[in-house]
Amino acid sequence: MSVPATATEAKAPNGATSSARRLPRFWLLYAALSAVLLLSVLQLVTGATDLTSSGTISATLIATMPIMLAGLGGLWSERAGIVNIGLEGMMVLGTYGAGYFGYHYGAWAAVLGAILMGTLGGLVHAVATVIFGVDHIISGVAINIIAFGAVQYLASLTFVGLPGGGTTQSPKIPDVPALTIDPLSDALFDVEKKDVFFVSEIAAILRALVDNLSSLVIISLLLLVVTWYLLWRTSFGLRLRACGESPSAAESLGVKVLRYKFAAVLISGGLAGLAGGFLAIVASSNYRDGQTGGRGYIGLAAMIFGNWRPGGLLAGSGLFGYTQSLGLRGGGDSVKALLLAAAVLAIAAAFLQARRGSRVASGLIAAVGVLLGVTYFLIDSVPGDFSGMTPYVITLLVLAFASQRLRMPAADGQIYRKGSAG
Amino acid sequence: MSGRTLKFVLALTAPVLALIAAFAITSLVLIVAGDPVIEVWDQLLSIPQGRNVGNIIDNATVLYLSGLAAAVGFRMNLFNIGVDGQYRIAAFVAAVVAGEAWLPGYLNTALAVVCAMAVGALWAGIAGVLRATRGVSEVISTIMLNFIATGLVAYLLRKAAVREPGSNVIGTKEIPEGSRIPNFTISEGPPVVHVYGFLVIAILVGFLYWFVLNKTRFGFDLRATGSSTTAAVASGISVKKMTIAAMLLSGAVAGLVGLPILLGSSYAYGSTFQSGLGFAGIAIALLGRNHAVGVAVGALLFAYLNEQSNPLQIVVGVSPQIVAITQGVIVLTVVVSYELVRRYGVRLEQQLVARALEQEREQDKKEATA
Repeated sequence: MSVPATATEAKAPNGATSSARRLPRFWLLYAALSAVLLLSVLQLVTGATDLTSSGTISATLIATMPIMLAGLGGLWSERAGIVNIGLEGMMVLGTYGAGYFGYHYGAWAAVLGAILMGTLGGLVHAVATVIFGVDHIISGVAINIIAFGAVQYLASLTFVGLPGGGTTQSPKIPDVPALTIDPLSDALFDVEKKDVFFVSEIAAILRALVDNLSSLVIISLLLLVVTWYLLWRTSFGLRLRACGESPSAAESLGVKVLRYKFAAVLISGGLAGLAGGFLAIVASSNYRDGQTGGRGYIGLAAMIFGNWRPGGLLAGSGLFGYTQSLGLRGGGDSVKALLLAAAVLAIAAAFLQARRGSRVASGLIAAVGVLLGVTYFLIDSVPGDFSGMTPYVITLLVLAFASQRLRMPAADGQIYRKGSAG
Repeated sequence: MSGRTLKFVLALTAPVLALIAAFAITSLVLIVAGDPVIEVWDQLLSIPQGRNVGNIIDNATVLYLSGLAAAVGFRMNLFNIGVDGQYRIAAFVAAVVAGEAWLPGYLNTALAVVCAMAVGALWAGIAGVLRATRGVSEVISTIMLNFIATGLVAYLLRKAAVREPGSNVIGTKEIPEGSRIPNFTISEGPPVVHVYGFLVIAILVGFLYWFVLNKTRFGFDLRATGSSTTAAVASGISVKKMTIAAMLLSGAVAGLVGLPILLGSSYAYGSTFQSGLGFAGIAIALLGRNHAVGVAVGALLFAYLNEQSNPLQIVVGVSPQIVAITQGVIVLTVVVSYELVRRYGVRLEQQLVARALEQEREQDKKEATA
């Protein structure tokens, strides 16, 4: 088993150095810092005040985690070559699991229950796609239909008659403990209040991280790191990704392809379930019907936005979570300020495209930029419906204009039957 | 058994097998949950009476159109997951157009129908163009477009809406009486049973679907592209054009989905307009194997389950959502059982051919020795 793994690993560095447009080492940190800088400038220019307050950042963290966890679920299964449209349904199952187990057995049971229910959804997807060779999209659609029906059925079976429970919601469930470092939080709050350009913004972010930080947020971020390590730094991960890139080659080298795919989809379901659990436990305090609101699909979108990589996924879900929480905080002004930033960025991107010689793309992007700029000066505030649409529009635009840069696993979505290696 | 009858029997075996499996799985869920299994099936499988028949046919009309919309895409190996968004945005536009009543009587209705088809086609066309020119998976783009449609319709509805006095429900202007499609009576009663007049149009669309796909060159090109892109390219079909055409067509049919409700019972598009019909359509298209009649049977089955499950809560105290589980399971079991039956059919055919070849060889041997 180790021979094929090392043989492929030895090739990897060569491939890496040959690609000229490789991102710098700490690109995520640079990106985050420039985003904060951009927001600081924006705050200065437009006078919007809520863009980087620690309240917004906390809300963003809460809004980002479910999207990121769902995307992480998508990452696991798609890296093994199984497209998972059923993330939404698995999340829905997770919200129910958190509600049921949380009410009866406490906060941590809620977490485990959510993971368990999500894994059950993953099990159905795995059996259908890996064993029976059902088309991945069909199976995903079916799981979404089943999950929505199942939780409503189960809710009226188990929550009716409980205090505060009913056919559409569970009783209140306890929250997991949260972390607060008081002295640090107070000190940072002082800095934040002083309104120093850029420094206050950084302080606000740091404050959000030390003030009432849910332990589930920490766990989620750890899961992202663990996923990155497992998938890109271990031979297990290499084999799993091989199943998504070229299953027949993997099988001919002795990898048990079906077993890896099966495991990946189970993990995917568990993560999606945890995403649903996060919604029920941290973002609200009980299971509610329709709680997920399409976040499974946003997670899928964040994963595509992030080019099937954990870092990109974090950036994508952060962006989507940020726009979502701005919209939810009644920040029509804040979202409007973002329009200006988007307009400037689009025009800058148009210049870049023009220098690279692609006139059509550059023209289109410039037109979008000008349109956004004009909208900024014409309207008073952005209606909530539009800020809710942002993740989907961004994903469509990214797919339309950057699809050549995106690279999904080569055998993603293909049905693989054992012995295809010949 | 001759080859033809064998094929027919096998084709029927698959859906029957799927239904039995779905039946078994649903029963298992009920048993595990401790709900009364026999009473539930007793209610679900009882013969529908009077008004229920009307409701089933009405619901089936809507689901049939949704199934056909998905089926057009499937025939070309395209997943139009976006029927849901397409029909809602189309129904909204149709409601606004018909509510304004720029034209008199049925001209107004016709305009609304054309507008709905155009808007549905346009919305699906975005995904078609992205797929043809930028290689974007239509699955992802139609999902994104669904949500964009939801936001857009919610926003526009608030702009265009009139609020009914004393109610929180907002909706578009009511369609004038002369432009509504009258329901027709299938039973004089009592009780009197009406069904949507749009049923006729749905049947017509079903016929056109069969005719265009099976009897015209365009349909052949479309199916050929769906079966094998390389073969299609080799025979001079432009895959890009066919992709866009198929999405436009699928979207145009999707645009019709909300209209039976709009023109036959609600007469306005409000915040409570029925959603989620698009996903049922995907299931129904799969169940009916994208065949005009098969999809109709699938739509009737789904509508039957929906209608029969309504009184479950009152009669036996079980949530009617149990049929959503049944419907979802049917999607999976249908696909699995078609695959199993197909493999079995292939094996059977191979055996037949092998036997025939052997007989021929023996005959040759006899002739050689003789």
